[in-house]
Amino acid sequence: MSENHKIIEIEVLRYNPESDDEPHLEVFKVPFSDDMSVLQGAQYIKDNLDGSLTFRWSCRMAICGSCGMMIDGIPKLSCETFLRDYYPKRIRIEAMAHFPIEKDLVVDLSGFIAKLESIDPYIIPKEPRTLEQGEYLQSPEEFNRYIQFTSCINCALCYAACPQFGLNHEFIGPGMMALVQRYNLDSRDGGSAQRMQLVASEEQGVYHCSAVGYCSEVCPKHVDPANAVNVNKANAAKDYFLHFLSPKGGSK
Amino acid sequence: MSTRKPYVRSMDGWWKKNPYFVEYMVHEATALFVAAYVLVLLVGVIRLGQGETAWNGWLAAMQSPVSVIAHLVLLAGAVYHTYSWFKILPMTMPPVVVGGKKMAPEALTGSALIVAAVAGLALLAVVWRIAL
Amino acid sequence: MRRNLTRSNAPIFWGLFGAGGMLSALFVPMMIFITGIAVPLGLLLPAGTMSYPKMLAFAQNFIGKGFIFAIISLSLWFAVHRAYHSLHEFGIHAGVGAKVLCYGFALLGTVICAVSLLGLGF
Repeated sequence: MSENHKIIEIEVLRYNPESDDEPHLEVFKVPFSDDMSVLQGAQYIKDNLDGSLTFRWSCRMAICGSCGMMIDGIPKLSCETFLRDYYPKRIRIEAMAHFPIEKDLVVDLSGFIAKLESIDPYIIPKEPRTLEQGEYLQSPEEFNRYIQFTSCINCALCYAACPQFGLNHEFIGPGMMALVQRYNLDSRDGGSAQRMQLVASEEQGVYHCSAVGYCSEVCPKHVDPANAVNVNKANAAKDYFLHFLSPKGGSK
Repeated sequence: MSTRKPYVRSMDGWWKKNPYFVEYMVHEATALFVAAYVLVLLVGVIRLGQGETAWNGWLAAMQSPVSVIAHLVLLAGAVYHTYSWFKILPMTMPPVVVGGKKMAPEALTGSALIVAAVAGLALLAVVWRIAL
Repeated sequence: MRRNLTRSNAPIFWGLFGAGGMLSALFVPMMIFITGIAVPLGLLLPAGTMSYPKMLAFAQNFIGKGFIFAIISLSLWFAVHRAYHSLHEFGIHAGVGAKVLCYGFALLGTVICAVSLLGLGF
């Protein structure tokens, strides 16, 4: 091939738990073409330069949510971020912020998964329903109320963006609140009161949010988790004062 | 035997590392400008209660060049508070549907800023009327 | 499966913060302009706009009193809420002491303001 490959320098934050005490930066020279993503850059490194480079990926098309990483300090999906946009400058890739690094670009997401389970992420019927009653009917207006929040792909970029989560890992966080909204706003669901316990809690609830809004900036699916969190501040406040005014009012 | 040894990175100086966070800290700080002003106002209220001489002393202090310049700085901070507050407003609101479509955040902010301008001018008008 | 969670009292402070932020966003810039720039420099407004008799009458008026109190008190609650949370963001985890200091300051300002305004009579 007589083509002149452009070479971009990819600086990677490396960490090997078996041999390192701390992460360190390592630079790789990667030949690339204009259609290559940062993910493909990482794959080139792994295939040709250092087989030990460790990172998550799957679909290569921004739907699985696996390939999130910090690219020049900004949380992005590496499969839809392109090397050509950074060339000729050096590009720096690191594991998603605010999560413990397991190895290289792989973070410990167990806390994230535990939170997913804790918000009751399924339709909690308003009242028991038999098969004979048939399916739920939902109008387009009712559908539009929650559809945006169904787009979440659990990529956790919003957690990498959220400084309040970074400062306090107990905070339920943006992505989970988007999922809470997805169910709370679904006309088939009757579980708002049940989920409110967590939403309004001192330990994990929405008041840890300080309206930075960076989560919605970085969300690759335009879910707007910032809105999900902040609208629930008002909901939790309503619940609080109702509870105050009447012991039976509001949720438990 | 697990060979896991997860590494937790420090949050020190997190806000300096991204222009988005720097702006966030700046708009958070505008609250201090607002507080400084209302404290000056509070002193004025106290002076008002201490009689005409005390009140005129406060008025005279407001005329000093230092005070005027300080108030210009506070004004800049307060105006940025107004702007950043209404920029954030769409984040805190459920969707506003106008004519079957959700209002865009820019439209919400724009409308709110217009309301703020009207409120300010209304205040000026009221003060004017009282002064006459 | 749910761990023991306690209901947060944040709504009280958040509500005061929100009200103060909104009120100050709407009115404080113009107020700074009037009391800190226009009147001292004699711009726009008639001379004697903030003369003692006029200001006393304004502050003795029920609505005037309410307006002054709302602006001063709620702006303080707004500012201390931000200041307290900024401590946390700067990595200063000062706990209950800081909370008492911050919100106590707003409470003090509120009380002083109320006492002063009521002391002016009606």
